[in-house]
Amino acid sequence: MAIKKDKVDVVMVGLGWTGSILGMELTEAGLNVLALERGDMRDTNTDTPYPKAVDELKYSVRGALFQDLSRETVTIRHTLSDVAVPYRQHGSFLLGDGVGGAGFHWNGMMYRNLPEELEMRTHHEQKYGKKFIPEDMTIQDHGVTYKELEPFYDFSEKVMAVSGKAGNLKGKIVPGGNPLEGERTDEFPTPPLQYQYSASLVEKAMRDVGYHPYPAPAANASQPFTNPYGVRIGPCNYCGFCENYGCYMYSKASPQTTILPVLLKRKNFEVRTKAQVIKVNLDASGKRATGVTYIDAQGREVEQPADLVLLTAFQTHNVRLLLLSGIGKPYDPVTGEGVVGKNFAYQYNGGINVVMPKGTQFNPFIGTGAGGVGMDDLNADQFDHGPLGFIGGASIRHVRYGGRPIKQAGTMPGEKVPNWGSEWKGSVQDAYQRTLTIGMSGSVMAYRDNYLSLDPTYKDANGQPLLRMTLNWKENEGKMLTYIAGEMEKVGHAMNPEKVVKAVRKTGSSWDTRVYQSTHLTGGAIMGTTPKNSVVNKYLQSWDVPNVFVYGACAFPQNMGYNPTGLVTALAYHSAKAIREQYLKNPGPLVQA
Amino acid sequence: MIKHYFIAACAAVMSLSAFTAAAQGTTAAPSVDQQLVQRGEYLAKAGDCVACHTAKGGKPFAGGLAIATPIGTVYSSNITPDKEQGIGSYSEADFDQALRHGIRKDGASLYPAMPYPSYAKVKPADVKALYAYFMNGVQSDPTPNRGVDITWPLSMRWPLSIWRKVFAPAVAVDGPEDNSPLIRGQYLVEGLGHCGACHTPRGVGMQEKALSNDSSAFLSGGVIDGYLANNLRGDARDGLGNWSEADIVAFLKTGRNSHSAAFGGMAEVVANSTQYMTEQDLAAMAKYLKSLKPVKEGTAALAYDDKTHQALRKGSDQSPGAMAFLNNCAACHRSSGKGYDETFPTLALSPTVNAENPASLIRIVLEGAEMPWTHKAPTQFAMPAFGSRLSDQEVADVVTFIRSSWGNQASSVSASDVAKVRKQLPEKKTVEAGSAPLAKQ
Repeated sequence: MAIKKDKVDVVMVGLGWTGSILGMELTEAGLNVLALERGDMRDTNTDTPYPKAVDELKYSVRGALFQDLSRETVTIRHTLSDVAVPYRQHGSFLLGDGVGGAGFHWNGMMYRNLPEELEMRTHHEQKYGKKFIPEDMTIQDHGVTYKELEPFYDFSEKVMAVSGKAGNLKGKIVPGGNPLEGERTDEFPTPPLQYQYSASLVEKAMRDVGYHPYPAPAANASQPFTNPYGVRIGPCNYCGFCENYGCYMYSKASPQTTILPVLLKRKNFEVRTKAQVIKVNLDASGKRATGVTYIDAQGREVEQPADLVLLTAFQTHNVRLLLLSGIGKPYDPVTGEGVVGKNFAYQYNGGINVVMPKGTQFNPFIGTGAGGVGMDDLNADQFDHGPLGFIGGASIRHVRYGGRPIKQAGTMPGEKVPNWGSEWKGSVQDAYQRTLTIGMSGSVMAYRDNYLSLDPTYKDANGQPLLRMTLNWKENEGKMLTYIAGEMEKVGHAMNPEKVVKAVRKTGSSWDTRVYQSTHLTGGAIMGTTPKNSVVNKYLQSWDVPNVFVYGACAFPQNMGYNPTGLVTALAYHSAKAIREQYLKNPGPLVQA
Repeated sequence: MIKHYFIAACAAVMSLSAFTAAAQGTTAAPSVDQQLVQRGEYLAKAGDCVACHTAKGGKPFAGGLAIATPIGTVYSSNITPDKEQGIGSYSEADFDQALRHGIRKDGASLYPAMPYPSYAKVKPADVKALYAYFMNGVQSDPTPNRGVDITWPLSMRWPLSIWRKVFAPAVAVDGPEDNSPLIRGQYLVEGLGHCGACHTPRGVGMQEKALSNDSSAFLSGGVIDGYLANNLRGDARDGLGNWSEADIVAFLKTGRNSHSAAFGGMAEVVANSTQYMTEQDLAAMAKYLKSLKPVKEGTAALAYDDKTHQALRKGSDQSPGAMAFLNNCAACHRSSGKGYDETFPTLALSPTVNAENPASLIRIVLEGAEMPWTHKAPTQFAMPAFGSRLSDQEVADVVTFIRSSWGNQASSVSASDVAKVRKQLPEKKTVEAGSAPLAKQ
């Protein structure tokens, strides 16, 4: 029989970004909050101190901070008629693990949405007519607007000591920032990181071609900063070990460097690590959660009663837990009925490789996770889609992540070079100092047949069905990136390079899960305006079980060109405020169906 | 990490005891003067009683912490109000005898690991408040006291009474209230704060060379647990000469300021004690410390020199010390040696770096250090341990480099100096950098 623990006010599944935010907000409201984290406790000084933190073999190649896929993974197939197979090695996306989650090993790219991205259907129908959106493209509005979220974007940036420069401050266009961004109420907490030489070249070329480059916002603090919680964040030193790593400079925002130093000391907060939640328990009516059941470090089943259940794990895990717990109706791609698992989306990326003349010295080892130069002229609906026949765009940026010897020392772009030997060495040597990449991170719309469900065959170490991804690239995204890459090629040429090599996949090719693309998986527990079109309301509250809230990018109805963390954290703070100010006074649905 | 949790535990202990004080006040003993108990609690924090009287992982004030002395190990006693094992049977006079006179209820003399020569300065009114707190505000715990690990004949206690008669001062009496900052600061520093216990050098009898500012030895720096507890006098190079009163207050409140960060025992003092003191009391202590004349009058203050910074930037200094610095230290402390305020401490012109005795510097390099957790500054910036990465010679090179760069002027350090410190390191208490159990691979 399961061990039964004493009831808590709030139980959270996972202690990454959203768990830390909700933990902070709800302990502040006086509630007893318990976080169940399936991984280990993890902190800067104990797990990733200098210089052992900068071990490329351990962290980038062997993935020391990633989820152990031998215990739990996902299965993947391209279409409804395929048989899904397990994702056995980290490739296309890198799932996190442990306290901090993927928020411990991310780059720190911290964007706000462009306002139109939160009202995709309304915006496009109004501007381009109802027929512009193809029938099988199931995109929809988030149900919350940029204006509503602005204070929460702002607060998230302050918590994370984000570096950057405002371009639209209270409606006034400010030189040096992104003039296309939504209206901001405040400047970034820390000034932009410095451009490396390569970024300064790209910046000039973008400007010369007529675009509006701006310093990419980075949750890599450019100088020490004390955040609203009193936690001090260190300064980035451009060491070039951000993604896949913990930040020994305490500079890259992670729950550990921004929130946990306060939260972990609160008497009304508890974290239990090695606690894998297998189910949200419901009462007989099925309309109220009574808590969760988890498996502890000793393999025992433990029942944890709670008044409020918050799913604060990663996108895939939240969706899977909803499906395993029978919360909400599972989506059926054939009938289009049901919502849980619907609108699974990703990102469609490409790059423009620019090879400068011999003798150019980029010193690529001077790197940051997210600092560099970006532009939004070809993102979302910042350009006329009417004649182009596709929806969406890409956030474009040149960020130099580092010049690490194993995975960041590539051969000359566009040349066929052996994988080893003197020819390989010569090519790496030749390319290292004079090659740069302008990245294009493309939005991916939602489609009727890209979705998430439970796998009928494969199970995890606890015997529970794995989550099955059904996703493939669509023509819309192919057209989008082909167009944008063509435009960006001009920027490459404006740099007077030796050559420009486009790295964009052919339209019609399938998702290759072996190659890293991004960990920006979205959808499956989408937000929206009615129980019919969504799993959660604008406060991320389950329509079906109102004392369950579901956080993270699983709420995005489709994916944007930006990295998701800005929206994820803004939605979390937005939800927390609603819980504190409305739900606690009158527990029940915050939006009437 | 252990230390991390230790500090966390201490913080928790603090709040726990506050809680029990409140709880007991409302239920068990309604007649107790709660204001007096609360004042006692504050004073107990100022005196940092919990630091010694709580074993790692033990109940607050239940004793059992091992304290190394030159003759062997003594264990702190249970000072909870438990009638059998604690001090529950002590009258206020008994309590006073122990606290200020160093005499146990059974008449035996206490080891001077208990800083009763400092506590002798505590006024009777405050003794009364402390007694009220320990009797009514602390949760009783039956943990038995542990005997000393000292072999006969050194284990005989009678010589302690002679020590006491020779070295312990007369106890304070309640005088007219004088709360002028300088007087209040002196009272706290010399008395409950017992700063001299670590910061004043000791004589041949292990007595503090001075218990008040009647000699320049007072607070001129002492060696404790292998660390140098810094000179707190007005010396510009290795003392507080360049610190403002506000700097001292910030240090005691948050464990860090633009000059330095608390490490070793001081990190625990800040975590357990000084962060809880009022700004007013901290300002008074700062004022008093700033009134202490330098040990060496007339020594010029050090001035920052950019030469090292330039040499490191250009790569023109490729000495082993410079290379070791670049490869291990510059990432955080920067080639300028200035680090970042309240984040990565400056090495340039730092009193710890410029102290004649390099013990602290060597030990921090070998073992690492972590800033204390405080309510006002909860980030525990930590320096990793480099002991497993650097040889004695490499540590000597880099420490010598640091002590002679950016305007620092301190003597060089040899490999044998480092070896000596390394040998004295206690059992590893922090997880070695990078070896913590991570996700399975």
